[in-house]
Amino acid sequence: MSDTSAAKTAAPTSLPDAKGRFGQFGGVYVPETLMTALAELGQAYEAAQKDPTFVEELRRELKEFAGRPTGLYHAARLTEHCGGAKIYLKREDLLHTGAHKINNAIGQAILARRMGKQRIIAETGAGQHGVATAAVCAKFGLKCVIYMGAVDMERQALNVFRMRLMGAEVRGVEAGQKTLKEAVNEAMRDWVTNVRDTHYILGSALGAHPYPMMVRDFHRVIGKEIREQIMTAEGRLPDEIIACVGGGSNAIGAFFEFLDEPSVRLIGVEAGGHGIKRGEHAARFEGGKLGVLQGSKTYILQDPDGQIELTHSVSAGLDYAAIGPEHAYYRDIGRVGYAYACDDEVLEAFQLLSRTEGIIPALESSHALVHGIKRAKEMRKDEILVINLSGRGDKDVQQVARMLGQRTS
Amino acid sequence: MDRIAQAFARCRSENRAAFVAYLCAGDPDLETSLEACRALLRNGVDVLELGVPFSDPLADGLTNQLAAQRALESGMTAAKVFQLVRTLRAEFPATPLVSYTYYNLVFSNGVDDYVRAAAEAGVDGLLTLDMPPEESDEVAAACSKHGVKTVFIVAPTTPESRLDAITAAATGFIYYVSREGVTGVRDAVAANIPEAMAAIKAHTKLPVVVGFGIGKREHVAEVAKHADGVVVGSALVNVIRDNLADRAKIGPAMAAKAADLTAGVKR
Repeated sequence: MSDTSAAKTAAPTSLPDAKGRFGQFGGVYVPETLMTALAELGQAYEAAQKDPTFVEELRRELKEFAGRPTGLYHAARLTEHCGGAKIYLKREDLLHTGAHKINNAIGQAILARRMGKQRIIAETGAGQHGVATAAVCAKFGLKCVIYMGAVDMERQALNVFRMRLMGAEVRGVEAGQKTLKEAVNEAMRDWVTNVRDTHYILGSALGAHPYPMMVRDFHRVIGKEIREQIMTAEGRLPDEIIACVGGGSNAIGAFFEFLDEPSVRLIGVEAGGHGIKRGEHAARFEGGKLGVLQGSKTYILQDPDGQIELTHSVSAGLDYAAIGPEHAYYRDIGRVGYAYACDDEVLEAFQLLSRTEGIIPALESSHALVHGIKRAKEMRKDEILVINLSGRGDKDVQQVARMLGQRTS
Repeated sequence: MDRIAQAFARCRSENRAAFVAYLCAGDPDLETSLEACRALLRNGVDVLELGVPFSDPLADGLTNQLAAQRALESGMTAAKVFQLVRTLRAEFPATPLVSYTYYNLVFSNGVDDYVRAAAEAGVDGLLTLDMPPEESDEVAAACSKHGVKTVFIVAPTTPESRLDAITAAATGFIYYVSREGVTGVRDAVAANIPEAMAAIKAHTKLPVVVGFGIGKREHVAEVAKHADGVVVGSALVNVIRDNLADRAKIGPAMAAKAADLTAGVKR
């Protein structure tokens, strides 16, 4: 790795640098047609952050439309079940539209309106970002087109219907393996074609600068609330925070506030799918290699020639070949640890939380639960573990029923 | 003078624009692709852009995506693309061959190694679609070291303030994308071409070619009035698509199409 020592010692809050880089990761690898749009977006975002009107509008919408702050819930029965660390769940699942994704969708929609863009496009995997985007577009009266892989449309049919109910046009993508990666390609093609009147609400901490930074910033509220709430409840910081990582938006949002707190361990959990075999998983830190995909330099699952590998995960939201560049950076400097959870374990955790706490988690968030349950058992009872429950599992219920049915038949 | 500069100089001396053709290497298979390329080069094509098939060609429209998919499904690899280039280089020693590719394919096994291998195979120029000048230092250095020219894109959305950086990064030619959007044939030629040519020419002495959406002889002739070169891609890829049922027909059909379209640059 060619990280400079200067980059290694830079305070996290100073990243990305002016070129959109986190150490050697990130950057702006896009067709020329998009360079000006990305530069304008970066300038508009910078100006908005300094504008009290924007800050206040965002705060108000997050509170009144999305339902912030979300609770930090002491999961007493799950804690008892594990017999170790005291487990708290950050309840992003309680947000309007069912997941953390709304934080970013609201922020970018307000920004798009300020930029005078009347048409919004977005990609979606599990459908949560698509639903969040469709909701904010309905609310603000913006035209909305969502790209979604045909396979994901089938496994998340309920979310497709939700988006359409809220007036969005959902366009199925038939290319490649018909999941999130292909949806991003298609959204970028749309943006290249309609860049003058269209804003692309990218849904994860991925893509070309300024997206990874901007998406992270809109989710930082998660970590800020965790800090306040745990100080109120326990009078001290947690010992460990765990979140699932597809592109990594909920994780970076939960972690960012604690990067400068060495006592707080931060763990991201990738999708192990059927296990770490080529094409059977989406754990980029398990066999991924440095590369460039969809605008950003990061760890990518790819073949020896640089062709992007197929991926698999039970959860559409984590089924993606690249990880957000900021995660790649914190992994390389050792600040954040990464683990993975496999489909079978995820189904177990999904059911366990439903039974012990009366909370049905998203399959994505269930990856964080798998690792959280393992860690809680290893940790002492006086230690505190926060698991970011990034979304609710209503969307997954039919799929899980089918999978459990297949198992028992 | 390198092959790219020579080809444009030759066209200029003939008082005409260069005809730049695009095909995806290995579409629909290595052998047929070679025949299609030969057909182009024997029928008036001055510069050949060879697309390196990529799993995620986000700057390409459906025509080229499907071409890349066919090539990959037929078993194309980086090594086989270079094999195709070596064969063409041996048969057409004067024709510039430009690799039209995506950054990850250049980067994944080391930029310097990739560019050296490309140069050894006979590649004259490198156009990396998702590499703006801001991200081009490593590739530019490797290209300079191994004698490969760089090609950069100017888009209709490119402001004048970026033209210095783009033209400074390019060493082969400038590719003006005549409209926003991805690759693919359109019904009419964009109207803004003369103004765009003038703006770019104010910043560089390099040849400027125009592409995206050009698929008919009259489009070629129209663009040839204003540009140093005219790029035709999807219309040629469609010849392959339309003859997949009988691949032996692809070579002759490509020859006929090339003869028709290249007539558009003759004066």
